[in-house]
Amino acid sequence: MDQELMLTEEELRKYKIKKTFANIGIYAFLVIFALFIIIPFYWMLATALRSEAELQQTQISFFPKDWVFANFRTAIQYASKQGVNFFKVFWNTILVGLFTTAGTLITTVLAAFAFARLNFKGKEVIFSIFLATMMIPGEIFVISNYATISSWGLKDTYIALILPFITSVFYIFFLRQTFRQIPNELYLAAKVDGTGDFKYLWKVMIPMAKSTITSITILSMMGSWNAYVWPNLVSGKNHLLVSNGLLSVYKDIDGTGTILSLQMAAATMVTIPLLIVFLLLRKQIMRGVSRSGIKG
Amino acid sequence: MLEYKNDIWKALLALAPTLLLMAVFTFYPIVHTVVTAFMEGYSYGVWWSNGNTIGWLDHYGETVMQSSYDSSGNLIGFTQTYVGIGFGNFTSIFKDPTFLAALKNTAIMVIVSVPITVIIGLLISVALNSIKKLQGVFQTIYFLPYVTNTIALGLVFSVLFSSRNGLINSFIEAMGGSRVAWITPFGGGNPSYFTCLFVLMVYTVWDGLAFKILVFLSGMQSIDKQYYQAAQIDSTPRWRVFTKITVPLLSPMIAYITITSFIGAFKAYSSVIAIFNGRYGPRSNPNMLITVVGYTYDKLGKMSNVNEIGRACASALVLFAIIMAITVVELWISKKKVHY
Repeated sequence: MDQELMLTEEELRKYKIKKTFANIGIYAFLVIFALFIIIPFYWMLATALRSEAELQQTQISFFPKDWVFANFRTAIQYASKQGVNFFKVFWNTILVGLFTTAGTLITTVLAAFAFARLNFKGKEVIFSIFLATMMIPGEIFVISNYATISSWGLKDTYIALILPFITSVFYIFFLRQTFRQIPNELYLAAKVDGTGDFKYLWKVMIPMAKSTITSITILSMMGSWNAYVWPNLVSGKNHLLVSNGLLSVYKDIDGTGTILSLQMAAATMVTIPLLIVFLLLRKQIMRGVSRSGIKG
Repeated sequence: MLEYKNDIWKALLALAPTLLLMAVFTFYPIVHTVVTAFMEGYSYGVWWSNGNTIGWLDHYGETVMQSSYDSSGNLIGFTQTYVGIGFGNFTSIFKDPTFLAALKNTAIMVIVSVPITVIIGLLISVALNSIKKLQGVFQTIYFLPYVTNTIALGLVFSVLFSSRNGLINSFIEAMGGSRVAWITPFGGGNPSYFTCLFVLMVYTVWDGLAFKILVFLSGMQSIDKQYYQAAQIDSTPRWRVFTKITVPLLSPMIAYITITSFIGAFKAYSSVIAIFNGRYGPRSNPNMLITVVGYTYDKLGKMSNVNEIGRACASALVLFAIIMAITVVELWISKKKVHY
């Protein structure tokens, strides 16, 4: 019987070879898809560095011939000739992102606190109605919100870009789950000590939900960086966000084509900041996204 | 005692900002959209006067009509007119060939992109889960598309597939093939529906993989190792481990990802706009790949015709109905198939 369980030297060698081949296959598969992911980033950078003359040719090399770093400066100058201040577009996006995030945090923390900690009639009903709105595609809101914002005369203002987005049912739900995990004993102890509800929220609940709050901050900032549809509707030249600037600015003089090197230089400048933030906060971002499960 | 305390005032205070914002930007739009969708020939606006001029502000707050008028005081009136209540907006969009094309395009994009992205995402996650070295590096690379701007990278894909000197055509030529008019004309030939759809799908898959891999991988890492050890003792082949252990135990995540991908794919818009530089298709056929969301926004932007806003609302409601139907069907299927 013992004999059957023992592997001979030959069998062990065969098993090892088989395993090595399987591993090579797995790594090859992963490398191919990694290249699929990375090549667009490379091509963006490579196109941003080529001269416009090189881009007019029909034969193109994998690496740029001359490295025209001046394209980045030219892209900014070209935008300003079109009446778009590149730095202002960045500044707008950051400003809108910060205010949207700050507003979202205030409203969602308070609402999640009410749903998680307070007792009041109709709590479950209101919460269910909130959750039900998550099923509705955002496009339905966009139509009427555009009319609302316009009729208030808020088109082409920061408020138009911020106000409709400073609350989120999803984040309320997300935070409520975290708040509910805080043990009840802490609350009872705080009550015995005469701590008020809002002080308890500020001193105990918020610090304990720090990682969820960090996730919400990151996701909300990323949302502003990616926003396209809404700013495209309500923004004029003074309040463009990065996505809108990219698409509209780099048309060539007769308006039929695009100046590719400059557009790609601008695309690179829009992409790099977020990539740097991601590489710095990799763990928090990935944890936040996998726990929350939505984009933006 | 604490269980019976009533915090209604505190709750109102805490919920006030959210309730106020949602009343204006969530609940009102729902009612407004539904009502408007059933108003035929809808128009809405405000009359204004500043003493000697009178004007008419339309739905969007744009002055569409203005004339000198001698008035003693300020006159501000509000009007909302419509021809009748009924299904007129719905019947007119279903007669509109652009809307039908949008429905068809969106359906094709969903049917093509969702299964491909989910299956590739699953395979990559299984491969990632089975390696130890470089797992973190690969995971980081696969996540990159998630943290990039949809418009920026869509523009990059249009450059990659450029007929004149894109990387893809250069590669095809180097391999001995001939260039393809992917999304821009080449050698007198215009891009076809198939090539345009192909480019869009490659971008959609590229953009969508990150999230799926993240969810699948974290799901797999929470599967009890004992199942795999038992399979190892029985020397179960890899594909059997995959179909009999990994997939069933991962089925809640697969169901979740499939539902969210379906919903996301039905709302396709920015990716199309980015690849075609602000249009829905190549210059030869600018509406070639218009989507339902694209159609809705187009109707929203046209202020000349008072009927358009009603049609935008009708089209948004059709989208909602489709998404609801798909979600219900998927939940029903997953109730039967998902192992919890």
